[in-house]
Amino acid sequence: MWYLLPPAVWLGLFAFLPLGMVAAISLMQRGSPITWEFTLGNYARLADPLLLTIVGRSLWMSSVTTVLCLVIGYPLAYFIVQRRLHVRTLLYFLTLVPLWTNSLVLIYAWMVLLRVDGVADQGARAVNWIATDQSLNWLYTPGAVVLGLVYWYMPFMVYPIYASLEKFDWRLFEAAQDLGASRLGAFFRVLVPLTWPGVLAGGLLVFIPALSNFVVPQFLGGAKVALIGNVIQERFLSQPQDWPLGSALALVVMLLISVAIWAYFKFAYEGDAVG
Amino acid sequence: MVRAQQAHSARIHKGILDLLLDPLLACNALLAFTFLYFPILMLVLFSFSSSRYASIWGGFSLEWYAKLFHNPDLSQALLNSLLIAAATTLIATALGTLAALGLERFPDRRRASHYDAALTLPILVPDIVQGLALLLFFVLVFNGLEHVFDWRPALGRTTVIIAHTAFGISYVAVVVRARLSGMHKSFEEAAMDLGANEWQVFQRITLPLIWPGVLSGGLLAFTLSLDEFVITFFTSGPGATTLPIQVWSMVKRGVTPEVNALSALMLLTSIVLVTLSVMLQRRR
Repeated sequence: MWYLLPPAVWLGLFAFLPLGMVAAISLMQRGSPITWEFTLGNYARLADPLLLTIVGRSLWMSSVTTVLCLVIGYPLAYFIVQRRLHVRTLLYFLTLVPLWTNSLVLIYAWMVLLRVDGVADQGARAVNWIATDQSLNWLYTPGAVVLGLVYWYMPFMVYPIYASLEKFDWRLFEAAQDLGASRLGAFFRVLVPLTWPGVLAGGLLVFIPALSNFVVPQFLGGAKVALIGNVIQERFLSQPQDWPLGSALALVVMLLISVAIWAYFKFAYEGDAVG
Repeated sequence: MVRAQQAHSARIHKGILDLLLDPLLACNALLAFTFLYFPILMLVLFSFSSSRYASIWGGFSLEWYAKLFHNPDLSQALLNSLLIAAATTLIATALGTLAALGLERFPDRRRASHYDAALTLPILVPDIVQGLALLLFFVLVFNGLEHVFDWRPALGRTTVIIAHTAFGISYVAVVVRARLSGMHKSFEEAAMDLGANEWQVFQRITLPLIWPGVLSGGLLAFTLSLDEFVITFFTSGPGATTLPIQVWSMVKRGVTPEVNALSALMLLTSIVLVTLSVMLQRRR
């Protein structure tokens, strides 16, 4: 099929070849920017305790983000699906707007709220929570980073869950209740298991980008709460540059993501077989 | 389904938890929408404040918007963003549609599914990895060009366009394929039986049928390119500052009401774009 040739050439050249180069450069020595001599030393350098702390923090924060998005997002999608058609369309539209809005703008909005003398401080002073010369100091904390990540990725969780709830055959929910299940029981034992593929897809869509996000920790975490994305970005764009180490870190991210995708296919398909 | 839902809501619930479920769901939805919209509303509110501080109300004023319109860096960034998004949309829509058509007609289903997986890779690979991979690629290719031809191109709008098309193609292909899978081959076969050649079939039958898919794919590519920050950050160089890059450097310099005004305008643009896309989906 000649149709496939132009896109294949384009993607091969500008998507796959560059990724191959990252793998190759992770095995080269550091130079200016690269010395073309084979080494495994970059991977050995990853065992640095500071770096491992940051990788651990990234995994922890993106997992917490995924869980929070699910806990808020699933009931939200369920609520929206239950509305009458025009209300449903409106609410669905309202969850889409943040998805289409520039994420820098979304995260900047939280800086306006959380910074010293920001909206949160003014509110806390108005209700006498803190003295007028004090600040909540919420900006540049780990909590602010998780908050920003949940804010950014929430629509990515709601969207696939909403899609699977919309296709759901509600007679099954009815049947479970006719057979004596409580509504909550039917919710957890019929609805959630049968829409599980949507949940897993949402989890993947949140976890993968959250893991390597560097904008949120930069804006809301400051220097104290760096994530893996910040380290990678600095190795490439700030002095002193270290492209081989940055490439090795990028491959670690790809490995972690592959594990997540593997888990997705394993659980999505096993869930299918059981259901 | 509607009848089942009505019966479902008319049901008399048993148990205290069941009774609490609906109020709890409503509460969660209310809190979630407040969470999503409160920061945005505050941002828009303070963009109309005359105070020099981005989060303190000082009376209504449009001065920050006026300041924006007289900022030459900003108009250059907007121009760059629009040029890049337009070029990306053209290339990604053309190549993405070709990929979707090619995959749909591929005779060997097994191999087609492998190509399908390869096509979705640029959607799954994190933006930061794509960005740094392209940076490495461009720098090494440019080093090679300098070595051989004594000529070194610079990072700029062209490299950003190439970078944006690399993921745009995948998104367009996915959207167009969704449209193609609901389409009957019989129209194309009938046209061929009636003597149309391949180009005539494509132009008169296939293209009009998949046009809504192509259009929403193109709109998606345009929006994604306009919004893209991370990959642009790696591949733009100093000469091709786009709007998101401009926001990044303004925020790094400090939280100011001018950024609020710019953010409010970008928010308005995204609301217009979502409305367009929802309308396009309705038309299908």
